[in-house]
Amino acid sequence: MTRRGGAIALSAALLAGCAGGAPPKKAAAIPVNEDPYPSTYRAYPGTPTVIRGATIFDGEGAQIDNGTIVLADGVVQAVGGPETPVPAGAFVVDGQGKWVTPGIIDVHSHLGDYPSPGTESHSDGNEATAPARPDVWAEHSVWPHDPGFSRALANGGVTALQVLPGSANLFGGRSVTLKNVPARTVQGMKFPGAPYGLKMACGENPKRVYGNKGGPSTRMGNIATTRATWLKAQAYKRKWDKYERDGGEMPDRDLAMDTLRGVLAGKILIHNHCYRADEMAIMIDLGHEMGYKVGTFHHAVESYKIADLLAKEGICSAMWADWWGFKMESYDGIKENIPFVDKAGACAIVHSDDANGIQRLNQEAAKALADGRRAGYNVSDAYAWRWLSFNPAKALGIVDRTGSLKQGKMADVVLWNGNPFSTYTRPDHVWIDGALMYDAANPRMRPVSDFELGQPGEGDVK
Amino acid sequence: MKIPSPFRRCAAPSLSRLRERAGVRALVLALALLPATAVAQTIAITGGTVALGDGSEPIPGGTVVIRDGRIAGAGVGIPVPRDAEVIDARGKWVTPGIVAGFSRLGLSEVDLSADGTTDDKAQNGPFSAAIDVAPAINPLTTTIPVNRADGVTRAIVAPNVARNIFAGQGAVIDLGADMDPITARRRFQFVELGEAGAATAGGSRASAHVLFRNALREAAELQRFAVPVSGGGAAEPGIERDPVIRDPNESRLTGPNARRSEDVLLTRFDAAALVPVLQGRQYLLVHVERASDILQVIRLGREFSGLKLVMVGVTEGWTVADQLAASGIPVIASAANDLPASFEQLAATWSNVGRMRNAGVKVAIGMIDDSDTRNLFNQRQYAGNLVALQKVPGATGVSWGEALAMLTSAPAEVIGLGGQLGSLRSGKRADVVVWSGDPLEMTSNVDAVWIDGVRQPLETRQTKLRDRYRDLAPGTLPEAYKR
Repeated sequence: MTRRGGAIALSAALLAGCAGGAPPKKAAAIPVNEDPYPSTYRAYPGTPTVIRGATIFDGEGAQIDNGTIVLADGVVQAVGGPETPVPAGAFVVDGQGKWVTPGIIDVHSHLGDYPSPGTESHSDGNEATAPARPDVWAEHSVWPHDPGFSRALANGGVTALQVLPGSANLFGGRSVTLKNVPARTVQGMKFPGAPYGLKMACGENPKRVYGNKGGPSTRMGNIATTRATWLKAQAYKRKWDKYERDGGEMPDRDLAMDTLRGVLAGKILIHNHCYRADEMAIMIDLGHEMGYKVGTFHHAVESYKIADLLAKEGICSAMWADWWGFKMESYDGIKENIPFVDKAGACAIVHSDDANGIQRLNQEAAKALADGRRAGYNVSDAYAWRWLSFNPAKALGIVDRTGSLKQGKMADVVLWNGNPFSTYTRPDHVWIDGALMYDAANPRMRPVSDFELGQPGEGDVK
Repeated sequence: MKIPSPFRRCAAPSLSRLRERAGVRALVLALALLPATAVAQTIAITGGTVALGDGSEPIPGGTVVIRDGRIAGAGVGIPVPRDAEVIDARGKWVTPGIVAGFSRLGLSEVDLSADGTTDDKAQNGPFSAAIDVAPAINPLTTTIPVNRADGVTRAIVAPNVARNIFAGQGAVIDLGADMDPITARRRFQFVELGEAGAATAGGSRASAHVLFRNALREAAELQRFAVPVSGGGAAEPGIERDPVIRDPNESRLTGPNARRSEDVLLTRFDAAALVPVLQGRQYLLVHVERASDILQVIRLGREFSGLKLVMVGVTEGWTVADQLAASGIPVIASAANDLPASFEQLAATWSNVGRMRNAGVKVAIGMIDDSDTRNLFNQRQYAGNLVALQKVPGATGVSWGEALAMLTSAPAEVIGLGGQLGSLRSGKRADVVVWSGDPLEMTSNVDAVWIDGVRQPLETRQTKLRDRYRDLAPGTLPEAYKR
């Protein structure tokens, strides 16, 4: 890409030089390569596969009993009842007594950036050297051999995840969305075409980290620094927009501002770590003030207090089922947060932020579902699956490609050995882009990371 | 010869004491204006699926009778006493309350950046083994009602290590809505001998082991020189000299006659606190994860044969399960560890618990360094996940009955309170939970809880917040007026 950019620049210069007697024209803008670390992920070859007789949650709210699903060429070919036509010669999986769902998508993970084992030398999730570091990219910290990826796959049925920088900084840096397929490089895991995200944070963490390191040391300081940074980004954007429109001398590039300009241009999605309702409301206004939209509030422990506002603004909340009280801004956590957000018509997501929690997001959703029902909000199991695949896919800007079992979408599919809202259930098979990546019955189909080779427990069932 | 009954301090309270406690509870509840929580002397919970918590499988259509704070009977064909308040549990499940197998419950209100609300460790204090968590337990911390409302009725509470491998003495508490939380004070000493032990010992396991031996040496020395206080060092006529130290705060150990050599590292209080450990009068909970560390603890148990050891964590236990079983040392395991989170947990797998159990190890479930101040209610999720393994090829799960026992009777037993707590067997303290369904499913909720036979309130700060914000339509007054 960089080479191609150079070639374009050269030809542009030649064209300008050949313009003859016309007044000297400004050189056309040299396009900036927006994808310098491109995905090299390719779907692994799959066999045309049919699962028959299963209970299917399509991820958008529908349930099909005694359902059939056909996977081929990496995509969902058909979903329907027992009458669904199936291709001859397909590999047939008996789904009797089992459930089929879209793969779970975790919008909040630090796998690879805070991998196992959690040694200091592996601690790569927070560039806690200045409160505004939108220049850092989480993918440049991802260690693809983190054993957590395979646990999320085999125990959690997780087929895609967003790896975010931590929340020490007001601007934590860019996130990356990955296919949960082991690879030698992070590029080999990157979800092709997924937009970047920008991790932002409000509240306790930035002020705690920077309180004695030059600030901000207060919430008002957090907001002031955040606003000042956006003002710089607006100026940068004006400069670069002009350059791209009119050409001329290329302005200096600034990696931090590149990211923020991407947000202001609508290309990069905002993932804002924020717990308290009052702070979320301020961040919403701040977005309006500066000309960007908050995509998703993460943790959002108090979303239930402003679920109506979140619905009106079209903002997702990525939440835990029952984490609360570990710090003041999580003190008002309630177990009905997820269902109450959904009830208000806002976008609700179950997220993990944890290498263990990512292995049982389905059970976390089950808790939220049950607590919601007890509080009078009755939705079906199939509907609740939206919190695990469709809504997260929406938050990541990939819902046109995955997150539900619709014809033509990526065949990111889990076959569970029972109702996935039960604690007694585990994944039986997991397909990603139609390729079988996990089979509980086949020890050869358990991914073993480089780190785990030659260690106690290598290849064990985990 | 006088044979002291072990753990007499923690023996079951008399009936009158129980009544007295119940009275205190009733008073507290009345003051708090809580609804319908009067003390019922006799309660019969009928028609539910009853799980005793002793490892047996659930019994459909069972009855549980509570009388005077104790279980009077549980199972099928139990007659309902005429004077009983009858609770209809048809369609529901009835179990003993969950015993949090390892926690910091009641020690912390808010864990991070909330000065004054955490008492789980004393980073800048001078003491270690002498620390006793009991005075720090706050029964009104919001973590208590939240866990009670999710079926946790008792908890093993340990301090965290600070500057010494010995963290101090832990307690067993109840989660009742009263101001009397202690079931068994100074029930155990807690020591770190794995990675955390190495770190607090100055940087190596080898150092931790020397510190451990030295601490026991100092305790032995103090024990040897300790003499009855009265009589100025000589036994009073008619009073038998009792070498058994029950209370580390006994003045025999801290008084002027308890001589110590110059060669000491521990404060006198810390050394004194380890005397009951050395004498096997107080359990010693040892946190280790790595296989080699587990084997070292087994060796320590052989060398110091008086120790009453319990191992905590034990992520790699399955790799040395036979030695563990042969040692007879019980385990409070972190069920959910399946990642090589550190180099002492490389062999982590969910099958650890089942494999240790199959080898004959006594296993309870705890939450070691895992949301241990507040999310103890998730132990039942972990137990359900252990049952799930039965369906996973190559994995080792546990039966439903065993899984429930690991949450109820097993933690009580490993800490020597199995005679009082943890099951619905007759005579046990009546800690009873009625669930809307199978308690190992997180889709089941708690309908009712009794602790020592006293019906407990299930309202929490969380339920009040829920009710305040259940309906977001603007009212005639701000939300602050809604409660």
